[in-house]
Amino acid sequence: MLDLDKLTPAQYRARYEALQEAARARAAMPPAPPDTQPLSPASIRKSDSIPPGCYVALRLKRFDTIRITNSSGTPGAALFLWNADDISERYNAGDTVKLQWTTNLTAGRVLFSDMGRVLASITADTGAGHDSIIGPNSPAQSGAGRNGRDNLRLAAAKFGLTRQDVGPALSLFSKIGTDAEGCMHYQGAPPPGAMVELRAEQNLLVALSNTPHALSPVTTATGAIEFAISHSPPGEADLCRHFTDEGMRGFINTDEAFAA
Amino acid sequence: MTILSDITVPARAPYSATLKPGQIMRIVDLESQQAVDALFYNAHDTSERYSAQDTLAAQALTGGKFYLETGSILLSNEGRAMVRIIADTCGFHDTNAGACSCESNTVRFGHETRFMHACRENFLTELGKYGMGKRDLVSNVNFFMNVPIRPNGELTVDDGVSEPGGYVELRAEMDVLVLISNCPQVNNPCNGFNPTPIRIIISEA
Repeated sequence: MLDLDKLTPAQYRARYEALQEAARARAAMPPAPPDTQPLSPASIRKSDSIPPGCYVALRLKRFDTIRITNSSGTPGAALFLWNADDISERYNAGDTVKLQWTTNLTAGRVLFSDMGRVLASITADTGAGHDSIIGPNSPAQSGAGRNGRDNLRLAAAKFGLTRQDVGPALSLFSKIGTDAEGCMHYQGAPPPGAMVELRAEQNLLVALSNTPHALSPVTTATGAIEFAISHSPPGEADLCRHFTDEGMRGFINTDEAFAA
Repeated sequence: MTILSDITVPARAPYSATLKPGQIMRIVDLESQQAVDALFYNAHDTSERYSAQDTLAAQALTGGKFYLETGSILLSNEGRAMVRIIADTCGFHDTNAGACSCESNTVRFGHETRFMHACRENFLTELGKYGMGKRDLVSNVNFFMNVPIRPNGELTVDDGVSEPGGYVELRAEMDVLVLISNCPQVNNPCNGFNPTPIRIIISEA
């Protein structure tokens, strides 16, 4: 039997390099075409608009889909997720980028919890860019104004949670570039009409804030963020459930938690 | 300079200590290429803790890098200085890739790795001694770990570059609880596929 604690360094390296090669091949493939078909009004359970600087605290059931639209091109929207059935399981920014070998979170990729499970899939995306390295702004950038950090904490508080429960977050609609010297740069506000769609893969608590990215030179939101919630279980040929080997292993862990 | 503590942390083991402002912790990579995962908490209110995003946002806005180096100030989730890197022989330290766990190992390396030791096991063991648990496990620093983010967005764990005896020095800026996991990971190159002991020296002027 293979004893993974007793391989040689060369054997461990070979295993790692095979995984890395597969991940690079996947990343080099063209992105999935955005599915921007309008939702049929009959399928929408709830829709709403978040004014600049404001936030919502939402509950999603497994396989609910939330389509988030940035019609004005405001510079970012802050997002944090918890497993509604065990709030100690929550969005993990480090695992999300490390497990998928990329900081480019777009259609096909998934948002991981700290438990090796998928919290949400990115089922559609117009490609505005989403950043989980630097993330939403905080009072250091906003001063006394509304900001992502405080709004995510306020949304957490509506679920009975505290600052202890809010970790590194995701800033949607935030394109960040990394140069060869290792500096990160804000690439400008997203195009008006940018859209991203997330499917809940567990029962979720969702904090969504209409506040800018930390590196946005515009530190106040400039327009509304709209969202619409529907329910759409994945089909046999679902993009996210087959996109990467890492994602598939994450779904094995996720589905196991829901197995009867 | 008074040495307050000088110990060797065995390969794969956890460690923790509380520093007073001005005290200096030197972490020595005795044999080279050993990742040292670290968490930081305000010793008086542990709900204030290290925040990688606050730290990197402040660095990026002043022309700094996506990694930590000499001069980096590690900020809390309240944007306050916790510790400062005052000396470093390695050149860069990761704070984006998080700490390894049994669960994330299954995703990254396959389910056959699920019972292997991991940093988050070390952290949970050590957090328990302070009355903390999984909700307190947040973003961490990976000293001596080489995690490039390439212009195409790729994020990988590459071979470490720290030499035998290489070190990093942290000066406390508040009363700070430091938790360390001497990383046991052998499925990526962060420990040269061979975890080794580290030495931790705490001193004050």
